[in-house]
Amino acid sequence: MAFELNGKTYETDEEGYLADLSDWNNDVAGYMAKEDDCDLSEYHWEVINFLREYYDEYQIAPAVRVLTKAIGKKLGKDKGNSKYLYELFPYGPAKQACKYAGLPKPTGCV
Amino acid sequence: MAKVEFETPPLPDQLSIPAVLPGAMAHSRPFVAKPEHQQPLGFPGELVDNWQKVALDKMDELLGRYRSLQVFLDACVKCGACTDKCHYYLGTGDPKNMPVARQDLLRKVYRRYFTVAGKWFPRLVGAVELSEEVINDWYSYYHQCSECRRCSVYCPYGIDTAEITMAGREILASIGVGQKYSNEIIGKVHTIGNNLGLPEPALANTLEGLEEEVEEDISVSVKFPLDQQGADVLLVPPSADFFAEPHVDGLIGYAKVFHQAGISWTLSSYASEAANFGIFIGNYENMQKVAQRIRQAALDLGVKRIVVGECGHAWRVAYSFWNTLIGPFDFLDPHYPAPQHICEFTHDLLYQGGLKLDREANDDKVVTFHDSCNVSRGSRLGSTPGGQFSIPRDLIRAACTHFVDMAPETIHEHTFCCGGGGGLLTDDLLELRVKGALPRAQALRQVIEAHGVTHMAAICAICKSQFTKVLPQYGMGMDMVISVHQLIGDALVFESEH
Repeated sequence: MAFELNGKTYETDEEGYLADLSDWNNDVAGYMAKEDDCDLSEYHWEVINFLREYYDEYQIAPAVRVLTKAIGKKLGKDKGNSKYLYELFPYGPAKQACKYAGLPKPTGCV
Repeated sequence: MAKVEFETPPLPDQLSIPAVLPGAMAHSRPFVAKPEHQQPLGFPGELVDNWQKVALDKMDELLGRYRSLQVFLDACVKCGACTDKCHYYLGTGDPKNMPVARQDLLRKVYRRYFTVAGKWFPRLVGAVELSEEVINDWYSYYHQCSECRRCSVYCPYGIDTAEITMAGREILASIGVGQKYSNEIIGKVHTIGNNLGLPEPALANTLEGLEEEVEEDISVSVKFPLDQQGADVLLVPPSADFFAEPHVDGLIGYAKVFHQAGISWTLSSYASEAANFGIFIGNYENMQKVAQRIRQAALDLGVKRIVVGECGHAWRVAYSFWNTLIGPFDFLDPHYPAPQHICEFTHDLLYQGGLKLDREANDDKVVTFHDSCNVSRGSRLGSTPGGQFSIPRDLIRAACTHFVDMAPETIHEHTFCCGGGGGLLTDDLLELRVKGALPRAQALRQVIEAHGVTHMAAICAICKSQFTKVLPQYGMGMDMVISVHQLIGDALVFESEH
């Protein structure tokens, strides 16, 4: 599968996750979110940017607790929980946010 | 995100047998594995040219290898006892989700090629040629069985549809048509050591974070040791316990139990996964290879005991198959069961007075327990029959004042699958997962209404993830789902160390 954006073709897997992480840019995230009827706010971007930084270092998306803790530190303790993340990413923070961040879908019993 | 168009069925007051809806789920098929998911597992990358011959040769091999398979294919008398027992039939109404019909998908081909009557008089005995249509049906409906074995409880011959499903999937993978979800995951275990593909640095980072969190929370320095040589216990949890909620609170619970009991333990970055999807795809070699990592880690770390975390099918593999897959365990301390389940471990400590619990910590909850299929029907806990039912409930009662069971026909060996077991916990099967959860959701709603149940505890990573995802479809909260060891962990009484 693939989609076109600004004259460039982006390869994805069956569920729309980017095939090549290095293809990613801000517009790709925005496009994917739009497809899900989601407008990316600065709060979404905090999560997406953290996911990319973490992936860059560890080659895997962060565990949900790692993510909530990091977001809690950045945006305040009241936002450092999965309830808040589910409000931002109703399909599940791990899967939906990873997709917009250009990361592969987490696999396993999750 | 994958927008799946389907309607969540309304929850009935009483579970009833649905009217038959032929073909209702014929469209349900998981993504097919790509060559890069197939080949590392020893399967052809894509459909082979001579697929009929390869499939029949594989069936022949499996019939010789598993005597049970031939008995199951021969023994059915079409009595119908199983027809209304499968949660996928109850949730979808598709008659091919009746266990006998699911078995017949393989049985009709078996009869055509492996029985005298089927070779000479195929029409008389319902025998059919292996065609592309049959293969398509296999792919669809062998991925609508969670291998939960509920039907086998009611079968007067004890026919286990799970084994037939496993054979069906094994044949499919051997002709190049494997399932992406399971096979990709098995590949990650072979290369990285867990289903998530969580490498050692990320695992270490995650565990450090948990240590900080628990320290902040209860002012006790509970450790989450990784690769610690010479520890007494190697704990092998499902990797979802590192990653997901509510699983991680169960992992914290295990760590608190070890801490309070003063027993040295460690996790392994090489064998950081209890789950073994080799059983789901019915492939012995992959199941053995996945299990072998745990034996290797136990030997390398020099541990005396192996304890398995809250993971349903992992426990079935460990309890029922490890001894022949990766045994003998003569290098472990013979005073303890090998392997041991974390619930057995905690239960032993509890009854020896090694743990101090205060139920008040969970007084805000009314808890029920979901028996996981692989623990209930594929294994046992403890040293007495039925321990797999009593031990988790003993643990919950030790940690909670308010516990109620769901309806008797939905618990213990009669338990309903969560709807996501057996390699089906993937978004491309979401419709099936939601509909298959209907019987459990119905029983749960009943105790919510009758007894004010607030939480459903489970001891399986798949159950926890599945319910978190599908309960909201039935109007129940995802945060109802809780690990048994979270209840324990929250009730353990610690003196502050600071």
